[in-house]
Amino acid sequence: MTATGTEPVDLSEKRDDVPELSTEELQRYSRHLLLPEVGLEGQRRLKAGRALLVGAGGLGSPLALYLAAAGVGHIGIVDFDVVDVTNLQRQVLHGTRDIGRPKLDSARDRLGDINPHVQVETYETRLTSANALEIIRDYDLVVDGTDNFPTRYLVNDACVLTGTPNVYGSIFRFEGQASVFATADGPCYRCLFREPPPPGMVPSCAEGGVLGVLPGLIGTIQATEALKLLLGIGTTLVGRLLLVDALRMQFRTLTLRRDPECPACGTRTLHELIDYEEFCGLRATHSGAGVPEVSPAELVAWRARGDAIDLVDVREPGEWALAHLAGARHVPLGALSGALDTFARDRTIVCSCKGGARSAQAARQLRAEGFDNVWSLTGGILRWRAEVDPTLPGY
Amino acid sequence: MSITVQLPTMLARLAGDTQTLEARGTTVGDALTDVIARYPALGPRLRDESGRPYGFVTFYLNDEDIRFRGGFAAPVADGDEVIVVPTVAGG
Repeated sequence: MTATGTEPVDLSEKRDDVPELSTEELQRYSRHLLLPEVGLEGQRRLKAGRALLVGAGGLGSPLALYLAAAGVGHIGIVDFDVVDVTNLQRQVLHGTRDIGRPKLDSARDRLGDINPHVQVETYETRLTSANALEIIRDYDLVVDGTDNFPTRYLVNDACVLTGTPNVYGSIFRFEGQASVFATADGPCYRCLFREPPPPGMVPSCAEGGVLGVLPGLIGTIQATEALKLLLGIGTTLVGRLLLVDALRMQFRTLTLRRDPECPACGTRTLHELIDYEEFCGLRATHSGAGVPEVSPAELVAWRARGDAIDLVDVREPGEWALAHLAGARHVPLGALSGALDTFARDRTIVCSCKGGARSAQAARQLRAEGFDNVWSLTGGILRWRAEVDPTLPGY
Repeated sequence: MSITVQLPTMLARLAGDTQTLEARGTTVGDALTDVIARYPALGPRLRDESGRPYGFVTFYLNDEDIRFRGGFAAPVADGDEVIVVPTVAGG
């Protein structure tokens, strides 16, 4: 893999060292071997193939399972998370007995059981600007199963810079998107979305929820595209965006063109990886810059001494229904600007959310509107649960 | 002229739980202004304070990204469809 980005989409052309298949493998892959489009030659290409999965979560689960079962010889997985009970509604790579284990450990066990012929390489780290190029260079393609904007832009740019196809998939609630980015002539993620949304504007699945089977739908589409790329067959999603609406069960493809002004693949003014947390505006949010913060213990003390406090929960309605603090009022972040008249200026306002990012944004917004006594609850309802009320359900 | 604006489910709740909206106008921008007039909460999700498109919401006119057709000034005709494609990051 070179850094020029000039490789053809047909990765199979690069392989002249295709391995032989054992008798057991011939039997295992017989349904593939029967397909003229795959056959013995194709199956050997899959065995020589190297796919890097970024994320072993919702999308990464079906991806890993099907790529391993299909006989992709080398599968790399980047993840640093441990299995949580809230993962199991959709992350079928992991089981109940894996709760608390690193996802990479359960992934290795499961894939080894599905197909012992596959070499699984694990990277227990967050993909960063410091390690992404080095890791990605070892692979024929990358499959993006991440769950946040900074990593998505990082994966995209690293793929463009190394000339590695990026099999993209993304989900939220009932809808998903898929495409293949960063091929020699095709568009990239930045051609579709020039910039990330400001923090808090687009809820994550942890905030807005996701239908458990949806990552199965989108992840298997990504796996299909990855196999086609490795085999060099069919028509991939290069230059097309697939939109899936599971609620209406509608599939639609739209034409995706390379943006001549795209800094990554158009003008190519992006020569190296950048600070993606900063690019996504997350530095200020993490520090709660400019917003006074109150800890759960402090808030308990304020309430105990009878301060005039309005506790405003700015999460989404589904999150509110799941759990909320007693005495709180619900105003979703998106509805805040329309509710300004309903806030009393002579009282202390404490904004809260799940982890503290959206409440900081809400507090900043209220201060900009002239409310002087506004605070953000540090760590949100998660820290409240840990330090004040463990009976609240986590999510 | 009647244009159809297709919203993703995540924005439908801001438009009376409707995903398919009828709109009038001669440009994509007009059509969006028309639906925002009826559903003001959609406004800040579709365009910035000065009325320009965001870099994280992509609009298609039928099968074509409007950035290649003049952006919000892209002309629309009867029966055209405007598809709102928001960025999502879940995985």
